[in-house]
Amino acid sequence: MQTIKYQKPERLLIKNANYLDPAEGGPRQVDVLIENGTIVRVEHAIDGVDGAETIDGTGKLLTPGWLDMHVHFREPGREDEETVKSGCAAATAGGFTGACPMPNTEPAADTRGIIEYMIAEAKGTPVDVYPIAAATKGRKGRELSEMADLIEGGAVAFSDDGVAIATAEMARRAMEYASMFDVPIIEHCEEPSMTEGGAMNESAVSTRLGLPGMPGVAEDIIVARDILLTEITGARLHIAHISTARSVELVRQAKQRGLPVTCEVTPHHFTLTDEAVASYDANLKMNPPLRTQNDVDAIIEGLADGTIDVIATDHAPHSPEEKDVEFQAAPFGIIGLETALGLIMTQLVEPGHLRLEEALHKITLAPRNILRLPHPKLAVGQVANLTLFDPKHEWTVEASRFYSKSRNTPFLGWTLRGRVHAVINKGFLWVSPDV
Amino acid sequence: MQKHLLGLEGVPREEIELILKTAFSFKEILSRPIPKVPTLRGKTIVNLFFEPSTRTRISFELAEKRLSADTVNFSASGSSVQKGETLRDTIRNIEAMKMDMVVIRHSAAGAPHFLTRCIDAAVINAGDGRHEHPTQALLDMMTLQERVGKLEGLKVAIVGDILHSRVARSNIYGLQTMGAEVAICGPKTLIPVEADQWGVEIFYNIDDAIRWADALNVLRIQLERQRTGLFPSLREYAAHFGVTRARLEAAQKDLIIMHPGPINRGIEIENDLADSEFSVILNQVTNGVAVRMAVLYLKSGVTETLE
Amino acid sequence: MNDPQIIAEVIDGRGLERTLARLAHEIIERNRGAENLVLIGLHTRGVPIAQRLADLIRQIEGMDVPTGVLDVTPYRDDVGRRHEVLKLKTTHLPFDIDGKVVVLVDDVLYTGRTARAALDALMDYGRPARIELAVIVDRGHRELPIKANYIGKVLPTSLGEEVAVRLKEIDGEDGVFLVTAKREG
Repeated sequence: MQTIKYQKPERLLIKNANYLDPAEGGPRQVDVLIENGTIVRVEHAIDGVDGAETIDGTGKLLTPGWLDMHVHFREPGREDEETVKSGCAAATAGGFTGACPMPNTEPAADTRGIIEYMIAEAKGTPVDVYPIAAATKGRKGRELSEMADLIEGGAVAFSDDGVAIATAEMARRAMEYASMFDVPIIEHCEEPSMTEGGAMNESAVSTRLGLPGMPGVAEDIIVARDILLTEITGARLHIAHISTARSVELVRQAKQRGLPVTCEVTPHHFTLTDEAVASYDANLKMNPPLRTQNDVDAIIEGLADGTIDVIATDHAPHSPEEKDVEFQAAPFGIIGLETALGLIMTQLVEPGHLRLEEALHKITLAPRNILRLPHPKLAVGQVANLTLFDPKHEWTVEASRFYSKSRNTPFLGWTLRGRVHAVINKGFLWVSPDV
Repeated sequence: MQKHLLGLEGVPREEIELILKTAFSFKEILSRPIPKVPTLRGKTIVNLFFEPSTRTRISFELAEKRLSADTVNFSASGSSVQKGETLRDTIRNIEAMKMDMVVIRHSAAGAPHFLTRCIDAAVINAGDGRHEHPTQALLDMMTLQERVGKLEGLKVAIVGDILHSRVARSNIYGLQTMGAEVAICGPKTLIPVEADQWGVEIFYNIDDAIRWADALNVLRIQLERQRTGLFPSLREYAAHFGVTRARLEAAQKDLIIMHPGPINRGIEIENDLADSEFSVILNQVTNGVAVRMAVLYLKSGVTETLE
Repeated sequence: MNDPQIIAEVIDGRGLERTLARLAHEIIERNRGAENLVLIGLHTRGVPIAQRLADLIRQIEGMDVPTGVLDVTPYRDDVGRRHEVLKLKTTHLPFDIDGKVVVLVDDVLYTGRTARAALDALMDYGRPARIELAVIVDRGHRELPIKANYIGKVLPTSLGEEVAVRLKEIDGEDGVFLVTAKREG
């Protein structure tokens, strides 16, 4: 684990960067002068500025800061695995200036105090934390959480992530109630009666490996249920970490019918299949589980045609003690913030599945639109909220270079292309020592 | 030859043939006045049983003693939550005690694979969850080979709860490698998804399986599966999938009947059929010791994974 | 591994026949006949040699001597010290050895470790009246206090040399050769 160092330069000059905003299209070459976190000049060439910290953006891309709308920061409860601060460090290193921690903390983030605490903890970092609060008290699916109060505290959406909202009735009521405030319900789609005891996708591979399976249809059933509920409640529904071909198709059809349904996918679900589980390495255990090649193909198609709006990491830190066990005993989840760009570039952009601006759209404009957050603009007077990265920089994933407190990822040793060079937000500057 | 025996999937035919050939040599030794050889004198083998299993443990222990190895038994079966903890802690102890070989039985598929990442000793899988039970399949194959002479072309139907059966999986891999044809037969709820990808015949009717097969490997049906809704009752199972003399007579066939034990008499197999001329169940028990001696012997000398 | 090169032929085909005939006579002489005698060949080349000795004894004495086959692999002292696993061969002793005179038959006596393993193996089978050892060649370099009762030829060798006994039944020809030692690569 690396310790992060943020700077607070009074004057910061970014030279020769190619600025690419998916809201504008087409990169343009700019120099940007920032004073105390605010953009003061955006010109083709800025010279002769005294006392400014200068970053050379030659050969790199400058974009609006990225947002990961699905992370787990484990605070409160499991500060040994991650804290808001260490999670923000990992987000920064991954190029994200915004992150949405899920409410499955211990205790669950179902009170305003916890939401406000999370936001406050991110203060000394370049990351804006937008918490997602529990949809039901304790994520137990019996009583609605105090949504109005939670929104006032800073919550931007509601979810019982880790599980689906337990019953159809409670999901309906959560949607109805949330729709009053125009905030989305984010659903972890899993019908628990079909996945109990499961450890991996139910498929030919689980049959071969003798691991209890979690059928894809358990996800599809809840996706279908909630799409139907959207239809009667008018609430906005966002499907978290979609993983099956059938669910992608259900979302596609819902969108065609004009329903307010969006969805996200994780980098591991567009990169890996359940074949990878054959090693019984617990770093390949996540929920939803890795699915089949057919599902991966459908996900890539869904990303390309816009059915899948967002790429979010589902960054889920776990301690080595928890993960370094036999597969069935290990908890679900892997970290993802610091490998997201590399996987997006290597798995989606380079093979030509997505153009770079399409991929960037899914980590900037799209999640902010769903959460009704303002999109950072490169204009005088605006807060500088920027990510500078080298889309071609090749690097090898090493546990010792992570800023996250945890290292549970199957991508250790992978060679990826695309690495973040610098992040600017809230007056802070972080420059990667590794590029 | 691989250093460990984690399963039969991917084990080449030559290696299975060597194990079986060696097992027949050890079977001769077991018939001597003093059925014990000093082969593994000074070697220490730990039997790690995280799941209760009298038969397999005794068979391994006897095989180890017949080879003059020093054996240590570790039995534990904690709650499922504690299992991970227990295995890792136990492994640390084994490392400190410098064991040469570890025989492991665990309720989690892949637990032996996890073990190989933690220790240097050779690991023998004595059954991991519903994944594999390679020595059981080897002894089944030895018994068939002894009775029939060859495995090539033999038709073996595995009957019962295939979904939860490590015996079925190891037999499928091993028998197919040896050129036998394999079928599985059981209620649809107890056949795993995409089982056809194994390249096996699938029967939902026991009479069809009997007509097809030269040998039946009848698995134990476990009552707790009924409680999880996978089949309605033992009575219905016995009536529709139980192997009976009447069914064999109707098919007019001399089948070989195997069973990995322990038998639910009168349920998966008719009471007297288990002791009949069709049955090789006791041969399986004897051969189990010989096969385990062969595996322990062949893995004992392997300090590296050899090509 | 390099193939061993022949340095010299020590005994030719005819010579081997004469050697075996002499050994058969010596065995009968020392035991005052073939009564109570069993021959046990050690894998690999001890097996056909024992069979030939039995045939010769039958020609001389007119009676069948039981012969058996013994694989000493499970009794070796280097299991687990080698990088390969030694394949087991068959043991076939279709008679009782209690009270018998057992003549162990092997091709070459060298370190004595194989004979030691054979003695241990036999003790697990029963309690013979006496155990004797017959070999075609004694090449020296003993590592254990073991000595053969019947020796075809004493052949002093260096450690860089080996003795190869070739037999019609296995190798297609009879003869004893001095060869260069196999070097494990």
